[in-house]
Formats: sequence, C-alpha cells, structure tokens
Amino acid sequence: MADENKEGGGDKSRASSAKSTKSKSGSKPGTPKTPRSRAGSGKAKKEDDVKTEEEKPATADAPQPTDKPVPLPAVPDDITDILAIFLATKTQELFECRADEDVTSDNPYKLLKKEDIIQDMKTRAAVSDFSPAKQLVMDYPGEELLIVYDYDFKHGQNFYLITTEESKDRILNPPRPGGEGGVEGGEGGEEEQVVEYKPPVPKDWVSYGSEKEIAEEAFGETRPKKAFKIARPRREFGAPVNFTDRDVKDVKDGYMECTPYDDKNFSLHLLELDKATQAIATWTDCSSQTDWKYPRNAVTQYQPREFTEEEKEKLSNSTEVKVFIEGSIPRFELALQQNEIVDVFFDDWAALASDDATFGSKSDGHLKEYQSFTDLQFSKDKTITCIDWHPNLKGVIAVACSERLTFDQRVDNASKTLMTPSLILIWSFTDPIHPQLLLEAPDDIFSFQFNPSDPNIIAGGCINGQVVLWDISQYFDRLKNPRSGGKLKQNSMNALPGFEDENALAIPIIRYCAVSSIENSHHLSITDIQWIPDHLEINRYGLPVYNKHGDCSQILTCAGDSCVMVWDTRAPKVTLNPLEAKKQETAHPLGIPATFKHLDLSWKPVLKVSLPKPDTNGEFAPLKVSIKERQGDKAHVQKQIEQLEREALGGGMRRESTMGGFGRSRSAKDQKPLEGVTTKFYISTEDGEVAYADMKIEKDQDSGKMTNPKPSWYSALHGGPVHTLQRSFFFKNIILCVGGWTFSILKEENQLGPLLSSCCSQKKYTAAHWSPTRPGVFFIATEEGNVEVWDLLDKTHEPTLTQNITACSITRIFPWQISSKQQLLAVSDDMGTLHILEVPWNLRHPSSNEATSIQNYFEREEKRLEYYVGRLAFREQEKREIDAEEQRIKNAPPPAEENEEQVQEKMRREYE
Amino acid sequence: MSEVEEMLKRIQGHKGVIGIIVVNSEGIPIRTTLDNSTTVQYAGLIHNLSNKARSVVRDIDPQNDLTFLRIRSKKHEIMVAPDKEYILICIQNPSDN
Repeated sequence: MADENKEGGGDKSRASSAKSTKSKSGSKPGTPKTPRSRAGSGKAKKEDDVKTEEEKPATADAPQPTDKPVPLPAVPDDITDILAIFLATKTQELFECRADEDVTSDNPYKLLKKEDIIQDMKTRAAVSDFSPAKQLVMDYPGEELLIVYDYDFKHGQNFYLITTEESKDRILNPPRPGGEGGVEGGEGGEEEQVVEYKPPVPKDWVSYGSEKEIAEEAFGETRPKKAFKIARPRREFGAPVNFTDRDVKDVKDGYMECTPYDDKNFSLHLLELDKATQAIATWTDCSSQTDWKYPRNAVTQYQPREFTEEEKEKLSNSTEVKVFIEGSIPRFELALQQNEIVDVFFDDWAALASDDATFGSKSDGHLKEYQSFTDLQFSKDKTITCIDWHPNLKGVIAVACSERLTFDQRVDNASKTLMTPSLILIWSFTDPIHPQLLLEAPDDIFSFQFNPSDPNIIAGGCINGQVVLWDISQYFDRLKNPRSGGKLKQNSMNALPGFEDENALAIPIIRYCAVSSIENSHHLSITDIQWIPDHLEINRYGLPVYNKHGDCSQILTCAGDSCVMVWDTRAPKVTLNPLEAKKQETAHPLGIPATFKHLDLSWKPVLKVSLPKPDTNGEFAPLKVSIKERQGDKAHVQKQIEQLEREALGGGMRRESTMGGFGRSRSAKDQKPLEGVTTKFYISTEDGEVAYADMKIEKDQDSGKMTNPKPSWYSALHGGPVHTLQRSFFFKNIILCVGGWTFSILKEENQLGPLLSSCCSQKKYTAAHWSPTRPGVFFIATEEGNVEVWDLLDKTHEPTLTQNITACSITRIFPWQISSKQQLLAVSDDMGTLHILEVPWNLRHPSSNEATSIQNYFEREEKRLEYYVGRLAFREQEKREIDAEEQRIKNAPPPAEENEEQVQEKMRREYE
Repeated sequence: MSEVEEMLKRIQGHKGVIGIIVVNSEGIPIRTTLDNSTTVQYAGLIHNLSNKARSVVRDIDPQNDLTFLRIRSKKHEIMVAPDKEYILICIQNPSDN
C-alpha cells in the first residue's frame, strides 16, 4: 500500500505539487495538524487526484500488477483501526511478507491467516512480533488478517495490521468511486468505453511543506483568547458629574503635545512655471524597408495635360467663363493702368546716384595712353591715312601708311616712290613692335575698310583711283592667335648667313587679289571707300534693292573727280565658258586666293553718280560720302525683308551661290526697290561744302539722258575741306561735319542750315568721330596733335576736354568699343605712329536718358532754326516795308518855304 | 463667345501687355494668346502658386479669400485673378523697360 502510495504519489507528485499550490490557495484555515486534517486534506487531494486520475487512467493502470485487483492506492486514511507492528526479518520470512520481496510499496497488502499468527505467537511467545497485537488477533473475527507494508513508516512501524474486517474489506475491495460518500466528490463519473473507468483511490496526503506556507499566511490565534471582565460598582452609574477646571500646567504631563516640525520629506517648493502649448500639424513618419542595392537614374517623361481644340472652344464659350472674366476684368484694368501711370518700384535714389557719378569724378576724366604702334621699317616718316578696327577680333587694328609728300613732290619723286611698297599694316595689341600682316597695294592707300560681314576681305582705295581688294583668309589664324614679339632672340651666333632680317621675312606680305580696271575707276585719288550694308544692294538704276545673300558685297567710293561709284564684288551674271573659266582659275600667281579673280583688272563699277553743282557750272569734289543706311541696322526694312524672303521661298526662285559665298547678282529689272531706304546721300567736298545728292538714275528733264538728278541742296559751311561727314550712331538724321576751323551738326533734309555750328577754333580740325556709346559726345582732332572731346549736353561753345596726344598733326581718329568695360580711341598722326588711348568711364558711359536729352536738344535747335529763319523772313518783310515807307517819304515833294509872316502866325497860334 | 473675345481684347490692348491665359482649376489652359509651350508652363506654375497663396490667406483668416495676385519681376509683371473654377493670368511689361 505504501508502495502504491509512493508510486501514485510519484505519478501525481507533479499533479499533486501543482495541486498543492491550488489546495494551498484554497485551503481552509485549519487547526494544528492532526491525522484527521491530514485525512481532510487528503480528501481534498483525493478529489484532485480523481480529476487527474481521469486523464491518465491507462498510464496509472499500466505499472500495476494484474494479480492484485486494483491499483490499491494508499490506505484510505479514514481507516483508523490500524495497528502499527514491527515485523522482524525472520517473521517476515515466516509469513512470506518479506519487505520488498513479497510485499512491496506497490503491493503492500498481505493476508495472513489468523491461525498462523496465533501459532507464531504461541511458538515464540514474547519474542513474536505479533505480541503487542495478541489481543487484537484473538479478537479478530475473520480468518485472515490484512497486514500492510508501511514503507514510509507512516504509522510508526514497517507494517501495520488492519484490525477490523470492514476495514480490511474496504482496503482490499475499494468500492466504486461513486459509492463512497463524499470522498470522491462524484466527479469521476466518466466512463471510458475502451477501458473501464476506475475511479482514483484516495491516497495519503504527502506533505511537501505546503501546509507550512499556508499556516504562515493564515491568521490564527497564537494563544488562547484572554477574557477580561471589567466591573464597576452600580452606584456609580448615572451619578451626577462634576467637572472642574484644570490648568495645563497643574498636572505633569497634563497635556500631550504634537509639535509640528519640518518634515524634510514634504518640503516642496511651490513655483510658478511658465508653460506653453503649441499646436503643431499632425505628422506621421513612415518608412518601409526597401531593398536598395545601388543608385539608379530615374527619369520621368511627362507631357502637360491639354484640352483638345473642341473642348477648349466649348469651355471658353461657356457662361461660367464669361461671368468669371467679366468679374475679373476691372481688377486687371486697374492693375494695368497703375503700371502704365507710374512704375512704383522705380528706385529714384539709385537712379539719382548714377547721374551724379558722371559729373563727380574729374580725376579719371582724361584719355589714358594705352599703347602705341610704330613700325620702324614700314611706317616711319610716313603718314597714316586711314585707320580701321577689325570688326570681330579684339585688339586688331589696321592702318594705311603713305608717303608724306605733296603732289609736286610726288611727281618729282615718282620713280622712287614706285619702288617702296605701299602697305596696310595690321597690328595686334599683343605685339606693338611688329605688325601681324602687311597688305601690299599697287599704290598709296588713302582709304580702306574691312568687310563687315567677312572681315577677311579688305577693300581699299588707291591714290590713283583704283579700288583694291585683299583676301586674308589664309592668314586669319595669324590674326586670331597673334604671335607676340617674344621670340626675338637675336642670337647672332646662330644666325645663318644670308638670313639677315628674320623678322621681316616672318611677317607675311599679302598682295592684293583684285584691282579695278583703270579706265573705269576714278581719275583722282579715292578719298572715301565704304562697304554698303548687307541688307541692301544698289542696282544699276541706283535703286536700293533687297540683298538676298545678306553679306556686304558692294562698295561705295568717292573721289575728287566728282564721282561717286558703286562697285559690286560678285561675279557678273554672264556665265563664262567652261574653258575660259578653267583658264582663269588655273592662274594663281603669287599665291593669291582666287576669290576675286573675276574682278581683277576688269572690274567696273555698277553705278556712277556724278555730282554737278546745281546752280553753277562745276562739280563737287567729294571728300566723304554718307548714306543713311548703316551696317547692322535694318529694323526699318526688316518686315520687307521677311516678306521678300517668304516670296522668294514660295516662288522657288533660288539662285545658287558660287565662289565662296558670293552669288550672282540678279537682273536689275525684276527687283523691287526697298521702301524705307532712300537713294539720297550726303557728300562733303574739298571746298568746304556739304551737298545732298541723289543716286537714282532717272530720265533727266533737260538733257533727256538717263542720269541722276542734281544735288538738291548744298551749302558752304566750313572754311576748309570737310574731312569728316559722319552720321550719329544713335540718330540717323543727324550728321556731323567737320572741316576747316569749325564743325557743324546737320539734320537730314533740313535745308535751313545746320542745327549747331561751332565757333572757329584756334587750330584747324583734322579729324573727327562720334562716340560709339554716348549720343552727345564726339571727338575732334586738331593739327596740333590735340584731341578735343565735345559733350553737347555739357558745353557747346568749347570742348569738355582737350588733351595733347602727339606733337604732329593728327590724321585720323577712331573710337571703338573693345569690350563692355573698355573703349579705345585710335589716333593716327602724321609721323606714322598709331596711338591707342583708353576712353575714361565718364566719356563712354551714357548718363540715363542721354539719348532722349540729345534728341530733345536737336529738336529744340531745329525749332530755333526754323524760328530764326522765320524771323529772318519776317525781318525781311519788315525791312521792305520800312524801305517802302522811306521811299514814299522821299518821293513826296518837299514842303514849300514858309515866309516870316506865316511862321509868326503859326507861332501865335501855338501860343494860343 | 464674342463677348469673351472682346473683353480679352480689351485687356490685350493695354500698353505693354504681352499675353493673356485663361486656365481652369486644374491648371489646364483654356484660352491663350501666347505660344503653346509658354502657355503650358505659365499655367502649371502659376496655378500652383495661386492655390498656395489662397490657402495662406484663408489660413490666416478663414473668412477671407484671395482676389488678386501680382508678381513683379525684373522684366515683367504677372497678374493673376483666381476664381472658383478658373484663373486668368496676364503678363505685362511695365512702363519702364
């Protein structure tokens, strides 16, 4: 039984230990332990055991031997008739209840015959183990006694006898679980189909110490309750009370005091704190794990959403749009008008400052010497006749040098001058000692110009009246990347004999590639040569027509033979025979490019304009010619050009261009003249006159020939040859004429006279030029070598600035804007030196509204002129009237001599 | 339809006006006097800005609303009149160039 107990306990030890906690919690407060309570707790345990037992009936069954009926659990603790008995080993052998052999903890029950026991007792008498149970055995009703092996010595000995039959029966044949009242609790009623349900048999409760824990927690009386009885005599109940006063001090410890003290635990400082609350927009932070291996370019291509045309139409016609626009229009108009009236954001303060700056700084007001160019070999003792800046390359300037000889001297020295070449020197700023290129001319050049659209072409006019063309395309690189003169290593040791002047050989001399035919050229030296602007060309009839090719291909020249000629550099329309063409092309003497081979020596002008004097016989000898058109300024004909281009494209009329971009000139008849371009032009003469001529060829009324009309107007303005006739870069109608000792400003078509005429200066003016950036400023050079800067807004009676540049007279002056921050003035003198001066800021920077101021000035002057002339006419009339009056008075008979009497009578009358 | 045209022409005729664009609430141009690429660009950008400006005004005072927006730049002035469904944009070159 004990074995079973153990095993069961082993089985259920887990359960029981678990359950013991349960039972601990659910235990009732119990009195000090007694076997009864053990039984009680055993009961409770049994209940639990039953529950757990249900779950594993099979396992519980398995280890039990089948001969014994039931896994007889521990002896039910309610069996009280137990007698613990010690059986010695011998006794055990005798009765075949050897511990751990016949009886084990699993199988602790053994039935012993009563007679055997009595027999044993008799045989061994007092020695028999059963002696203490003698009486019990004697009295035992049954035949067999049950002895249980108490493995655990629960009852004190290793065996114990069950004294009553009923108990024996109960143990050996434990009733069905449902039968025993209250012990099993009736919950084990489940019957398995396979295995017959055997309710668990309650086992002895094994103490694992849980009762101690329970006892600790439990409230219990540690000692018996004490009872007190307090009595008071009866007579004192309800007696009247007598209160007396008592002072605190009367009795010691009459009062109890609880003084307050500062408990440090509670010393809290009450502070006022500023708290603020800010509401922020709710935001969430999200991320997800992405697998990013390497950066990749991401591209999105999109197209804006658009409506189709129908949708647009439909929408724009809807009433909502209409209402909306109607509502918004007033606001727009208000805003637009506000903008038109005044610019609210205009910074007057800043604008004021910029005006002041021009007047303020006088320190930097003069022309600074920048560089000067002289070539000892080629330009010494020569005079520079013409300057031209390269239109595109910065810092490249060309000068034409010629001999400083008068006509007579030339004639005398004709043979000598033929030997020395006439050159145009092309200088670059990087090398002030050696020119970059030399252009050779047949004779001295008095005027030349770079082709504005193709600066590799240079046209020059010779002293003999020929027009010369150069093509320097081959040497363009030299100009573009000029070599500075740093390679002048005059190492005479290494100089090979025979190569004497390296430098002279280093500078290429380029021969002219075309020259005009002598018979058709001018008869006198060409004084002015210009390229005609690229948006027009002048045909044989003197009419300006649209230039399809958009390049400058025509040249305008004038010479002292009172001719103005127009030359065309393009090949004539007549197609050459292939043979002839080939022959012409093969000849390439002296490495000249064949650009103008077609012109060489056979070049004739397209148009010849003569300049007869209108009133008298004679002709003008023009020094300078000025046409209204300016290169690059084609705004007024832009629309026409576009229209003509469209027509040309539409009509499919396209002529191929041959030969280096120069196409064939079109037939003059089927071209319409450009409107907005006048055929009239100004010339200035050697005699100090300025004339307004016309170049178109018309049938002359008088002679019946086709010739250009006579100049409509001229006037003698200056005391010497008018060497400068230049239109302002800002106003195409304003012309500056400088000659002799004076200069004047004319307005085109204004025949009343010059707008402004200067007083005579001390020295002769030799050259002049408008400033390219300031509309009211121009430069005049004198024969003393001074440069005068005139500012029309500043003073008109004297120059703003006079500065001496050179000792000899200045021949040409040419300002040029190199870059946005630099403007250079080229001044050439009679000694062959080219001076480059830098124009200071106040002379090149226009003040705000300078253009409008100058324009107003000119308008005022014009009005003044008109008024003046009007007054002159008025005065004329007045004078005539006065003259007539005087004449009448004179013609009237003189009054008769009055005699004395009449006189006296007259006096008397007066007296009265 | 012609009234709308007429009204737009009136604005167009003011001095310095470069172009007018009518845009719907999504930023798609309905009517314009400029070329397509410029129109689309202006429409998209200005429509965003106009909405943003309107939300600013309304955030400050919910009872307020944006009536007119003028953006002055160095070269032009852009005038925007937003509405519930449409936006009218006008670009002008102010008096001094």
